Amino acid sequence: MHSTNVTPSLLLSTRSRRRRRLAAGLGRAVLFGVRAVSAGAVILIIGFIVRDAAPFVRLCGVREFFCSTQWYPAGTPAAFGALAIFYGTALVTVSAALIAVPVGIAAAVCLSEMLPFGARQAVKPVVEILAAIPSVVYGFFALVVVAPLLQTHGNYLLAGLVVIVGIPLGGGVVLLTGTLLGRGAARRRGAPTWLLGGVTAVVAALLLAALWRCLQVQVDSGTNALNVAMILAIMALPTIVSVAEDALQAVGRDLREGSYALGASRAQTTLHVVLPAATSGLIAAIILGVMRAVGETMVVWMASGNAAQIPAPWFNLMAPVRTLTATIAGDMGEADQVTGSARYHVLFFMALCLLLIALICNIVSEIVIWRKHKALG
Amino acid sequence: MHTKTITATLTALALSAVMATHAGDEIVVDGSTTVGPIAKAFAEHLMSQTPALRISVSESGSGNGAKSLINGACQVATMSRPMKPQETLAAQVKGINPVAHIVAMDGLPIMVHPSNPLKGLTIEQVRNIYFGRINNWQFLGGPNLRIVRISRDTNSGTFECFSEMVMNKTRLASNVEYVGSNGAVRQRVMNTPAAIGYAGLGFVDATVKAVPVNGVMPTAATVLDSSYPLSRPLFMYTNGEPATGTFLHAFLTLCQTPKGKELIKAVGFVPLADGVQQ
Repeated sequence: MHSTNVTPSLLLSTRSRRRRRLAAGLGRAVLFGVRAVSAGAVILIIGFIVRDAAPFVRLCGVREFFCSTQWYPAGTPAAFGALAIFYGTALVTVSAALIAVPVGIAAAVCLSEMLPFGARQAVKPVVEILAAIPSVVYGFFALVVVAPLLQTHGNYLLAGLVVIVGIPLGGGVVLLTGTLLGRGAARRRGAPTWLLGGVTAVVAALLLAALWRCLQVQVDSGTNALNVAMILAIMALPTIVSVAEDALQAVGRDLREGSYALGASRAQTTLHVVLPAATSGLIAAIILGVMRAVGETMVVWMASGNAAQIPAPWFNLMAPVRTLTATIAGDMGEADQVTGSARYHVLFFMALCLLLIALICNIVSEIVIWRKHKALG
Repeated sequence: MHTKTITATLTALALSAVMATHAGDEIVVDGSTTVGPIAKAFAEHLMSQTPALRISVSESGSGNGAKSLINGACQVATMSRPMKPQETLAAQVKGINPVAHIVAMDGLPIMVHPSNPLKGLTIEQVRNIYFGRINNWQFLGGPNLRIVRISRDTNSGTFECFSEMVMNKTRLASNVEYVGSNGAVRQRVMNTPAAIGYAGLGFVDATVKAVPVNGVMPTAATVLDSSYPLSRPLFMYTNGEPATGTFLHAFLTLCQTPKGKELIKAVGFVPLADGVQQ
């Protein structure tokens, strides 16, 4: 075997190597430029908002803004107390989350773990259609259909809501108690089943009491915090269901198979293995849904009543409230731009607050996901 | 070959874009939700007479209308209140000369639900209701229901007139509900038995009940002779006086013609008396 001088050059010639490097560098530069443009857009938006919000701090200071509930920007003298508006945003967001989170997580678990493949293929697009409906259509529906319905049959609507939310929420509470009882000292003492049965009975009794109380409620005005909370929950639902379902699917087969191999039933696997493993994804889903609810404008402007007040008592969802987004949308036209008044700049300050809330939510969800990755990897 | 097709397509697109902008005259109208129905009726009438004419009417509130006129975004600003001194100043700074044309007269009716047995109110009582001193209909001879007060938002000329004529510029109660248009006020009052609200005269129909204020019902006659206490003129503002013969002039002087007065009456407002100068 004598080797001829056949050494096919597997290396590229210098010229084509240089060309390759240039092309790769160019591609990387273009992609970096695109990324820089989108990051730059976000930075510019934040910059413009800060620039127009600063004069309000200079003109009026932040003390009245954060501590007073008197919101009369058109009055003489003008009052810019936005505490009631922040409270309104918090009230509708928390109420919407209370409705959407149990229902959404339960729906995601059902879609991911229980439904057969064909049913899942049919149901998933229906949930995603909810996300495609424009928000002004939701607002119109809230104003024209839900508000009169709340006024005439508010008690039945509220009772239905308690059932839809209470069952997953109650189930979650019982599950949590069961998990806690199965650990540590309680298990060593032999956690009695009757304790769990007791907790279930208490939860059921609470639900029935809530149901009975709801049937007695009389609603004065249909454009209130409850109306908005229900519609915001429906709008946040597709986000929560999609992201939560992806998180549940991302829990690998090996974890489930391991659990089955140990002899666990399907329910035990779902509740004790899959759900805890997908916690970070579920939290991310919840935060995304909450962000959707916080930033919603059209629905709250049309259907929340826009009254800048803290309802009495503080948990009274049947009272009209005002949110940050609706204030910005509603007052923008009248705010005097040319004379640079506080009335114009206060709206930018509110926008800055909303931006900060969104930023904080984003950072928290990133931290949660990062910590989970660190724990796994 | 490729470059030729691309250049040809781009030139064709550019040409068609240029041609589209020269398709006919256009008037942009923006402003009050009270004057909006009048502007829309006028626009439809003129557009049916002249097919090449395009008039677009938006209703974002009197304040927004003034802003659009000042920024040059519209040619006609419809407002249900006169321009404020700051707005006139801002216009002059930008080189706009706002000229007011009174289009029609309006009365602010106080509306309640048709099931409400209320016989009438005084201005004092309306003020007390919106200020928060009277909270239940039973103090006014009605059913035992908490009063749901509906107001226009601060963007609105109707709100400014109400604030001036009824509230004497004092603050409304903090649980007053604010809505975005006169139509929305009517819709809320129509659906809520305990509601009270105010809008424009053209928004009173069989679905709501207008109550007499100080004993006077808001009708065309009582608004014209100012015996109804909450009467006000409706304005259209333009940049300078429009030249005679243009479509803009036709749009603005339509309210003085018999056809225009018929259109205003059809929408529910009160046309100016014959011979009254703008």
